[in-house]
Amino acid sequence: MAERGGRPVAFRGGGFSPRPLGIVGPLVFIAVIALWEAGCRTGLIPPLVLPAPSEALAALAHLVETGLLWKHLGASLQRLLVGWTLGTLLGIAVGFSIGLFSLARAGLAPVVAAIFPIPKIALLPLFVVWFGIGEGSKVATILFGTFFPTVVATYGGVDNVDRNLIRMGQSFGLSWLSIVRKIILPGALPAILPGFRISAAIAIVLLVAAEMIGAEFGVGAYILLAGSLMALDELLAGVAILSVMGLTVNWLIARLERFLLRWRT
Amino acid sequence: MELRLAGLHHGYGDIEVLRGIDLEIPAGRIVCIVGPSGCGKSTLLRLIGGLERPERGEVVQTGEPPPGCLNPLTYIFQDFALLPWRTVEGNVRLVLEDHGFGRAETAGIVDGVLARTRLSEFRAAFPRQLSGGMKQRVAIARALAVSPAFLLMDEPLSALDAQTRELLLDDLVDLWARERFSGVYVTHNLREAVRLGHRVVLLSRRPGTVREILEIDLPLDARAGHAPELEAHRSRLWQLLRDEAHAADVELVDG
Repeated sequence: MAERGGRPVAFRGGGFSPRPLGIVGPLVFIAVIALWEAGCRTGLIPPLVLPAPSEALAALAHLVETGLLWKHLGASLQRLLVGWTLGTLLGIAVGFSIGLFSLARAGLAPVVAAIFPIPKIALLPLFVVWFGIGEGSKVATILFGTFFPTVVATYGGVDNVDRNLIRMGQSFGLSWLSIVRKIILPGALPAILPGFRISAAIAIVLLVAAEMIGAEFGVGAYILLAGSLMALDELLAGVAILSVMGLTVNWLIARLERFLLRWRT
Repeated sequence: MELRLAGLHHGYGDIEVLRGIDLEIPAGRIVCIVGPSGCGKSTLLRLIGGLERPERGEVVQTGEPPPGCLNPLTYIFQDFALLPWRTVEGNVRLVLEDHGFGRAETAGIVDGVLARTRLSEFRAAFPRQLSGGMKQRVAIARALAVSPAFLLMDEPLSALDAQTRELLLDDLVDLWARERFSGVYVTHNLREAVRLGHRVVLLSRRPGTVREILEIDLPLDARAGHAPELEAHRSRLWQLLRDEAHAADVELVDG
C-alpha cells in the first residue's frame, strides 16, 4: 500500500428536516411588539396611523375592569361553540354517508362541491331573513361555514381508509356496523382532525362577520364599533382577543389529535 | 370439513384470470398453490374464502366445521392487515367482539392464542413497534382466536426478510404439528411450498389452470432432515414453472 493519505468524503446529507426551536416563536413576537412600541414612543409611527401596543393593552385592561370582556367573549364563544359543534357533527354525518353509500355520493357530493366555494358571508342577509336577526342567523352562518369543509375532509378520509383492512374485517365476519365503527372511523380520523383546524379558523372568521349585523355583544361587534368610532386601540385589543381565541382552539385541537392519534409515530 | 372447487372461472373485465379450476382441499393438510406471478393465485384464494364471487363454478364446503369454530375460513394476509390503532391484544380481541362472549371468556381466548404464538409479553404494544415477523405472528394469533377450520394464507411470508421468513416458516411447521389445521397456502416461493405443502398445486400462467399436482408424503416435522428429497421436488417444480414464469414476465400487465 502506497500511502494512507487522502481527503475525507465531504458531508452532503442533512437538512430538509425542521427542528423544533421552541423559543424562537415567542422571541419574534416580543421583538416585533417591542419595535412597534419603540416606534410609537419615539414618534416614528404617528398615533393616528397605529396606536402603541401599550394603548391596546390599556384598552384591553379597561375591558377587563368594566367586565365587558366577559360579556363580549361569552356571547362570541357561545355562538362559536354551538355553530361549530352542530356544523361539525352534521358534516361528519353527511361525510360518512357520502363515503359509505353510493347513492349519497352520487346525490350529495356534487351539491357539496357546488356550495363549498360560496363565501358564507355573502349568504348572511339570507340567513337573517331565514333565521332572524338574533342568534339564529349568526349560528347558522358558522354552522354552514364549518359544515362543508368537514364534509369534504370526512369523505376524503373514509375514501382513504386502507381497503385491505376492510377486507380483513369482512373476512373475519365482522358486522357492517363493527367495520364502520372499528375500522373506518378510526381510519378516517387522521383526515378528519386536521379538517377541524380549518373549520375552526373559518368559524372565527365568520363569527366576526356575523356579529357585524345586529349584535349587541360579541368580539366582532366590539371590533366593528371600535372601527366606526376610529378607536384604533380598542380595535387592536379586539383583534388580539380573536388571535388568542384562534391560538387556543388550535392548541385544543392539537391536544385532541395527540390523544386520539397516539397510535401513530 | 373439506372444500371442493368445481369449475372455477374468473376474470376482470376482458382479462381471463382463472379457467376451469377443479380441486379438492382435504382436512388436516396443507395445500400449497404456486405459479408464475399474475397467474391468479391470490384471486383463487379470495374466491375460496368468499371475498370474491366467481364468474362461473363454485366453492363447495362438505361436512360441518368443528364445534367451537367461529370463522371457518380465516385469512392470513401478506400485509398482515393489523389495525394500527389497536394494540396486539386489541387486534386479537377485534375478531371476538362480534361473537358476544363475556369479558372473562374473551380474555381467556386472547391469553391462550397470545401464549401459543409467544406474544404474551407484547400484548400492549402497537403494530408500529413490532418487526414484520412479529406483526405476522400477531395476525396468526388473531386467526387462531376464531378457531378456524381452514387457514387461507396469502403469501404470508413475502413481505418479510429472508431470515425472518425462515423463523416464521419453522413456527408454521410447529403450529401445524400441534394443531393439525387445514390450510391453503399461496406462495411464489417453491422452497416454502415444498417445506409446508402436503400437496403442491402448480398453476399455469394467466389464465390460470391446474398444471400439475404434486403429493409430498414426508411428514412436515420430519422434512428438515430430508433436504435432498425436498430439493428434488423443488427443482422439478422449477423446471415446470420456469418457462411459464419467463413468458409471464414479458407479458404486459394490462394485456
